[in-house]
Amino acid sequence: MTKIYDVIIIGGGPAGLAAAEAAYNNGAKDVLILERDQTLGGILNQCIHNGFGLHYFKEELSGPEYAGRFIELVNKTNVEVQTDTMVLDITPEREIHAVNGQKGYQILKSRSIVLCMGCRERTRGAISIPGTRPAGVFTAGAAQRYVNIEGYQVGKRVVILGSGDIGLIMARRMTLEGAKVLACVEVMPYSGGLTRNIVQCLHDFNIPLYLSHTVTKIEGEGRVERVTVQEVDANRNPIPGTEMIFDCDTLLLSVGLIPENELTRAAGIQIDRRTNGPVVYENMETSMPGVFAAGNVVHVHDLVDYVTAEAQKAGAAAAKYAIAGEPEPSRHITVKNGNAVTYTVPSCIRMENIDKSAEILFRVNRVCGASVIQVMSGETRIAGFKRERLAPGEMEKIILPRVLLDKAGEEITIAIEEA
Amino acid sequence: MYDVAVIGCGIIGANVANLLSRCDLRLVVLEKENDVSMGTTRANSAIIHAGYDPEPGTDMARLNVRGNELTRKQCEAYHVSYKQIGSLVLAFDEADEKTVEKLYANGCANGVPGLKILSREEVLKMEPNLSPEVRTALYAPSAGIVAPWELCFALAEAAVKNGCEMRFNSPVEKIEVIEGGYRLTTPTGSVDAKVVVNAAGVEADQVTGLVAAPSFTTQPNKGEYYLLDKSQGETVHHVIFQCPNKDGKGVLVSPTVHGNLIVGPNASPCERGDTATTPEGMAFVRKMAVKSVPGVSFRDNIRNFAGVRANSTASDFVIEETKPGFITLGAIKSPGLSSAPAIAEDALKLIGRTLVLKEKPEYVDSREVTVFRHLTPEQKAEAVRKNPLYGRVICRCETVTEGEIVDALHGVLPPHTIDGVKRRCNAGMGRCQGGFCGPRVHEIIARELGMDPKDVLKDKAGSVIIIGETKGGTL
Repeated sequence: MTKIYDVIIIGGGPAGLAAAEAAYNNGAKDVLILERDQTLGGILNQCIHNGFGLHYFKEELSGPEYAGRFIELVNKTNVEVQTDTMVLDITPEREIHAVNGQKGYQILKSRSIVLCMGCRERTRGAISIPGTRPAGVFTAGAAQRYVNIEGYQVGKRVVILGSGDIGLIMARRMTLEGAKVLACVEVMPYSGGLTRNIVQCLHDFNIPLYLSHTVTKIEGEGRVERVTVQEVDANRNPIPGTEMIFDCDTLLLSVGLIPENELTRAAGIQIDRRTNGPVVYENMETSMPGVFAAGNVVHVHDLVDYVTAEAQKAGAAAAKYAIAGEPEPSRHITVKNGNAVTYTVPSCIRMENIDKSAEILFRVNRVCGASVIQVMSGETRIAGFKRERLAPGEMEKIILPRVLLDKAGEEITIAIEEA
Repeated sequence: MYDVAVIGCGIIGANVANLLSRCDLRLVVLEKENDVSMGTTRANSAIIHAGYDPEPGTDMARLNVRGNELTRKQCEAYHVSYKQIGSLVLAFDEADEKTVEKLYANGCANGVPGLKILSREEVLKMEPNLSPEVRTALYAPSAGIVAPWELCFALAEAAVKNGCEMRFNSPVEKIEVIEGGYRLTTPTGSVDAKVVVNAAGVEADQVTGLVAAPSFTTQPNKGEYYLLDKSQGETVHHVIFQCPNKDGKGVLVSPTVHGNLIVGPNASPCERGDTATTPEGMAFVRKMAVKSVPGVSFRDNIRNFAGVRANSTASDFVIEETKPGFITLGAIKSPGLSSAPAIAEDALKLIGRTLVLKEKPEYVDSREVTVFRHLTPEQKAEAVRKNPLYGRVICRCETVTEGEIVDALHGVLPPHTIDGVKRRCNAGMGRCQGGFCGPRVHEIIARELGMDPKDVLKDKAGSVIIIGETKGGTL
């Protein structure tokens, strides 16, 4: 007879590791992690800078150290791990088709599944930068892999497009490796990264940040030779006459991350066009019963600490599902995004799964000053949360106690009211 | 002395070499770049046209219709990605309707099978995502889509298996008439051959110019494209053309053999070798595409590229014996890809004036290739059992395994570059555009070919990826 796992976790990065540990600690007996890379840890393995774990461990760790803490925890359990294993398909019957050089082609069965595939970087194509197509145009993450894992330098004179966190981290990393980072260019009027990274990776190294600017031309035949940077207007169209030419051999792109949901889509799981991740309920369950999701595969997080917290929630819920199945349905509350809010996770709260409170994560679509996060049910204000400042680069979280949710109707809206 | 030297290994040179390699001849192909398929062949609409566009009676008309048939057979024999999905030419006003009728008449005269003029209702039923403004359309069921670089590679590979020599990085710089033939000088040495076939694409006029006054001048013309994510690949199910104009066949929207959606091209005069995309060109493509298919989702773009057409002062293809034993295949503009195998047949007739072409008793006319993603689960299991490298997926977007990459690297026409692997195996062709697999493919190339990783290039000469090692240090 084919073995039936309690929980199979797809992806052994920070989300997968935390989900596995939580599933195990919540009573799941047969837990399996499927990881496509040769080692556990995911993208953290190439993030050798510090700053991870400040919230979760109250310590400042490097990426590999943070991953290492969870790998150790998982190693203490009897959670099975298959590395170098690619999941090719999740069928609507929840069978997992995976391939691995040693074990061959496997069809695995599980009572519940947690999707933890992470995200990928947007590329040059996504923003259609005109010009030639030479070597020397890298996504920031690909360059990070060459430098930190493979041990190779990818360029000497660098322009960075996009002020996402990986781009900022790579501005500092390339500088420390002896490269000259000429500019960081951001199309929006604000940075997409964490304030601490702007300070520590750009300001501390005198790297200029050009807000409301973009790269409008790449030149060079074999290798990048120069790029043109232009200011953009309010509609993000380049303004003629503002051209700046940078002689450089490298253009790094840090222009956004996209949750990696090919398996999710193929399985027929509902996708949220706002996040490009699956639509999830309060306990991270997707539209397919027994299939949960956590981490950057759902929505792109700013800090790994929050990925961990979300994955623990998903892992625990997956274990509960494997053991007890779905609870009796009760009242549902749809969560909508209002003024200045890009998306919310979850997009629906099922009250049968709420003990004390529900967490709602979201991002704003512009920089807001002193504000109140208003939670409205129709015309009724359910709750309000004050913030000094809100920025698109930083994820926001509010916690709604059950007593307040009980007062809400079928729908609540999260909206920003600026002072 | 070689019997024949072919200059250029795009789709034309590869077809000529392929046909010649079935004969008892000493052959060499001189390619100026570091791989086959590096010019127009790798950057075009990837359409095998039905053959209703060319004026009846032209070489283009005859060769397009014949080439369409031959290409289908080649793709079958060599397991090259090809789909006969048919094409539609849309009419949006009265003038267009007249054009559609003219194309229908052309096509009938040219011998294109199965042509039909469809009503608005019929065409919208076939393609619900088309603009409701459409009035009629010409349907050509024999049009197909192909992976041109894969076909070029398969043809060249078969030629090499049959004994043809292949010299890369060998642009022909000088041609001298010698006794019994020609001497071609390249940076990698000189080659003497009884017959020379010039298949130099956009540079064909210049190459012929080394030995005689060419009868035409290439007028390079650039076409820019969008390639959209596979999630958009089912937006349409046929090649969707607008009515042709003086600059060419206009902007098309079509699925690709890999399941993406291709949108383009524009047409603008350019310098030879200028494949830079431009804001104006891309804006034009976007504007024209939505006229046919209003819902094209450009936010799902994964890559822009541009190719150069060998438009010329000649109205037809130039297929001629310029001097005794020197054959020019020039001015091969659209439908050059569709006509290529038929052009090669014509070239062989011209070669036959100088050489006796006798078919060898045995030659290779097939290609074995494992494409993991096309296998059934049972076949996949079997493949991994035989070779565990098929169990390691390197390119996650396109599901390309290490086994396939290693096979290519040890094939008879191995790639040496990241893009060479991409064209042979599809690794890096997907939505992350090599962001994840690039460094891994890099490592595999260096390992399998015994190269220093610093010498592994992205693409053409000079496309250096890594410039040195990171700072050392002791722990």
